[in-house]
Amino acid sequence: MTTAIDIRSVVKTFGEFTALHGVSLDIADNAFFTLLGPSGCGKTTLLRLIAGFEAVTAGEIRLFGEDIARLEPNRRPVNTVFQHYALFPHMSVIDNVAFGLKMQGLDLSGRRARAGKMLEMVHLSAFADRLPSQLSGGQQQRVALARALAPAPKVLLLDEPLSALDLKLRQAMRVELKQLQEDTGITFIFVTHDQEEALTMSDRIAVMSAGQVQQIGTAQEIYEAPSNRFVADFIGETNLLEVDVHQVHEGRATLTLPGGHRLSCPSALVAPGRHSLSIRPERVTISDSAELSAADLSATVERVVYLGSDLQVLTRLADDTAFTIRLQNAARTEVPSPGAQIGLHLEEGAARLLAD
Amino acid sequence: MKGVRHYPGFLGLTILCLVILYAPLIVVMAYSFNGSTSITQWGGFSMRWYVDVFTGPDAKRFGQAAWNSITIALMAATAATIIATAAALAMVKGGRFRGRGASFALINLPLMVPEIVTAVASLIFFTAIGLTTGYGTILVAHMAFCIPFAFLPIAARLEGIEASYEQAARDLYATRAQAFRLILLPLLAPGLASGWLLAFIISLDDFIITNFVKGAGMETLPTAIFGSVKQGIKPNIMAISTLMLAVSVLFVTAAYLINRKGRQTP
Repeated sequence: MTTAIDIRSVVKTFGEFTALHGVSLDIADNAFFTLLGPSGCGKTTLLRLIAGFEAVTAGEIRLFGEDIARLEPNRRPVNTVFQHYALFPHMSVIDNVAFGLKMQGLDLSGRRARAGKMLEMVHLSAFADRLPSQLSGGQQQRVALARALAPAPKVLLLDEPLSALDLKLRQAMRVELKQLQEDTGITFIFVTHDQEEALTMSDRIAVMSAGQVQQIGTAQEIYEAPSNRFVADFIGETNLLEVDVHQVHEGRATLTLPGGHRLSCPSALVAPGRHSLSIRPERVTISDSAELSAADLSATVERVVYLGSDLQVLTRLADDTAFTIRLQNAARTEVPSPGAQIGLHLEEGAARLLAD
Repeated sequence: MKGVRHYPGFLGLTILCLVILYAPLIVVMAYSFNGSTSITQWGGFSMRWYVDVFTGPDAKRFGQAAWNSITIALMAATAATIIATAAALAMVKGGRFRGRGASFALINLPLMVPEIVTAVASLIFFTAIGLTTGYGTILVAHMAFCIPFAFLPIAARLEGIEASYEQAARDLYATRAQAFRLILLPLLAPGLASGWLLAFIISLDDFIITNFVKGAGMETLPTAIFGSVKQGIKPNIMAISTLMLAVSVLFVTAAYLINRKGRQTP
């Protein structure tokens, strides 16, 4: 598989502040790659370094083998979809889309043809002669996409492009973006703080925090096998329990849960000791107090929150730790009532020991 | 809580202020259409003083003065706009640099300095470097004091233009020069227009500085009007004043409208 972008030990400082502490990443060609993290984690800075709006302090950025880290933005064959689109307000939609082609020296008829085709791709042919201000947010978003894709960049950079749209539109655009990526075969690098967005669209995700990459993997890998506490906590909901690991043998760890129940789970950890255990709320089943002795954990129900398709059961363990469970709102679901003692049963693979 | 409108005497005070501000202007405008030679007795509606301005005994003198005023204002406004644009680009888009705050103060200081001080200083300066006062010195002085007036609307407009437009242009293969010419300049245009119009009006209206640096025999419209009034107010002065007022109102309104339109499409 060809590598589209190869980021090697990139450091970026702004005066005293270090935004990126030696980030290294490989991004495969024809992939939907997402940089995911909370605000201030350095994901947008990394995107701006790839685009060329900021200069690297140290390190290399290779685009199909060529170091582009010190090129002016107009000399890099990558294009950007901006967070607030940055459509040129004084130009019509078609002129916006054709701008990059014009700068590349394509003649008028060639520009018109290509820009027209791009507008067709985003279903906006009827709006070619409008001004950006006459379009809705979702339409502006599509124009920004068409404009950035028109010059056929080697890599498309997207800086939280869905954040300004309302929920329904955002969900529709996720599917459309992924489809667009597959149709064009262009590598997309997508920046977001929205984990749901990242999980639904991405081939691979880099979770970032405090200027460092915490974990790189597929949506399933980072959700099912978070490599550390930050990733487990940031991606999805999770219950983090402090547990004593007694023994690690052939990739399996034996540990004691709060309440005394023993558990064996797969682990890459080497050393026994006190560690965090991550348990996803939807990987737990419940039973009533009659079967308490067979349960992994016992808890008292505090509150049941109705979420439509799901029910969220907020409980407290015997040692006063909060523990959340998600139940599907199926017809046969027995809803526990507040105050009830229930048993919690961990599904196979539900518990995950974290490195730190 | 009641609004300020409900305070007793509010209406009266408002009317008083408006009368003090505008009654003299209205009197001048009304009497510019007076049919008699008196400046206090109404002699019926007439355009005779407007005809007199363009054809009467003073027409040549006022014509020359008006020509000087307009050509100076055109050149001074243009030069001031170019300099102010360069300054605004450096101040707003130039990032942080040493002396940025001081530069900002220096550009705007002429607005605070009493005009008479600027006038005296300009005259002393021109004399010291051996320039003969005349058309040229008026032009140089006007260029200088118009800069802050052009700077303010241009800098304000520039601050409202997000950096992402220029970045988007650069990202789409535009060079720095192309991004400036094709994106920044058109977005800045309303600010440039209102800055230029403001500078033009300020130059056209200026009396104090002009009077100091104009030299003998050189007149602009304001100094010519002043010279004429010294020998007694004639109704044709009212006609000229009304014409100048009309031009000023027209330009200021245009500047305001252009700026407002610019804000609607940022």
